[in-house]
Amino acid sequence: MNDVRIAGVGLTPFGRQPERTGRDLFAEAALAAREDAGVAREAFEGLHYGNFMGALAERQGHQGPLMAEAAGLDCPATRHESACASAGMAVRHAVQAIRAGEHDVLLAGGMERMTNLPTTEVTESLAIAADELFEVRAGMTFPGAYALMARAYFEEYGGSREDLAHIAVKNHANAVPNEFAQYRREVTVEEAMDSPPVATPLHLFDACPITDGASALVLVSDDYAEAHGLDAPVRVAGSGQGGDKMALQDREAFSRTPAATAAAEAAYDDAGIGPGDVDVAEVHDCFTIAEVLALESLGLFDHGEGISAAREGRTTRDGDLPVNLSGGLKAKGHPVGATGGAQIVEMAKLLRGDHVNSDALSDPRIGVTHNAGGTVASAVVHVLEVAE
Amino acid sequence: MTDQSYDEWVAALGTDDAFYLECPEGHGSLPPRRTCPHCGATELSETPLPEAGTVETYTEVHVAGPDFAGQTPYLTAIASFGAVRLTGVLRDASEGDVETGLSVSAGTAENPDTGDAVVVFRPR
Ligand SMILES: [Zn+2]
Repeated sequence: MNDVRIAGVGLTPFGRQPERTGRDLFAEAALAAREDAGVAREAFEGLHYGNFMGALAERQGHQGPLMAEAAGLDCPATRHESACASAGMAVRHAVQAIRAGEHDVLLAGGMERMTNLPTTEVTESLAIAADELFEVRAGMTFPGAYALMARAYFEEYGGSREDLAHIAVKNHANAVPNEFAQYRREVTVEEAMDSPPVATPLHLFDACPITDGASALVLVSDDYAEAHGLDAPVRVAGSGQGGDKMALQDREAFSRTPAATAAAEAAYDDAGIGPGDVDVAEVHDCFTIAEVLALESLGLFDHGEGISAAREGRTTRDGDLPVNLSGGLKAKGHPVGATGGAQIVEMAKLLRGDHVNSDALSDPRIGVTHNAGGTVASAVVHVLEVAE
Repeated sequence: MTDQSYDEWVAALGTDDAFYLECPEGHGSLPPRRTCPHCGATELSETPLPEAGTVETYTEVHVAGPDFAGQTPYLTAIASFGAVRLTGVLRDASEGDVETGLSVSAGTAENPDTGDAVVVFRPR
């Protein structure tokens, strides 16, 4: 099997950029990744691209070839759609193609343009990640669905709004030095607690913002990296995907996300590691409660223990397992179809040592990224490792 | 497969003929379905929905999409009715009165923003 190396990474700044088109955003990230990799244009054999709501936001389907063109490439291109896990799935498919020996050089990533729509339309667009008949028509929104999960978690394991506020505080603090982050300001527990309700028990500061942005990665085979003398110190050591029932009402429980557990177990097996080997994680904190569910699904904390991890300082930048050093979706922003790729970009930089928050880690070897679709009816986990 | 069987299910929910789909293993699901989501069985039969359900989780929604924008804040809940769970809008209750375990009945009402029938729960 061909080993997969990350040869280059690129991001746009995340934030409100309603005047910028999707193709402009993706082109910026892709060109940055290409420059970082130093791989010739002609070498690219394909693009795996994530996007969720482009057909609604820009009236633009068939974005694969459009974005290959925007990136200055002449190669086959496919769009992957798995709601908020779209870019993570795109990367997974690129990894599988390189491992299978079909390709040596691929571009992967994603883009979402969201702030050009009014908030009610964004809310409606995001809701299509839920079951239209049984959830959306019953008044469920995306924050509403996570609120139902948060309430169920509190009932089963305990925990409070204040515990969740500490997650927001942590992720905002991590975003401050990150030039790509949407919210580069610290917040306090009091501010988070006092923010207006969105869907109880979740309040505004429990939710990620609406964001425009793009992410891109140049993935190459080990052989290609060696033959071309590329500086590609981080390998994709493991990839896993999990699935669950579409509607919350059909799930076994609302306080756990078994799709992420399955994805993590598959990725750990693939990489030959266990959760105890993980030095740093980027997880899908679209809502503060989602970070809790992620940490527990990844096996990094026992069920019922994730809720207090931030408050106890265990996942803060000086804790034993820093989580979301990028700022997370909460503060870095969540351009839905770009997020999974952006997590891997941030993780690669953290492991390479050229991330603005790399100094929070001492000699990190293994990082995991966790990207969830909808209310975790789909999940993809990657293990990144510093190559020997 | 159209939404017709869903519409028929919602219409029945508002009458004494409320039902769910049951597979030979006893798993519950809701139409439109060709297979049981839990075991894949294809023999699904209409079974009367229990009259009483139990709220398992709920939220008061303050930020809604256009289809519910005129109703905020409103309560949405997931309630179990024996072998099947339903998601619906919880009426005739305020957040302070609700807790998990609350006994509710299921029915339908008009969504004032769209005119569509919506699944509603009411405290029993
Ligand atoms: Zn069954």
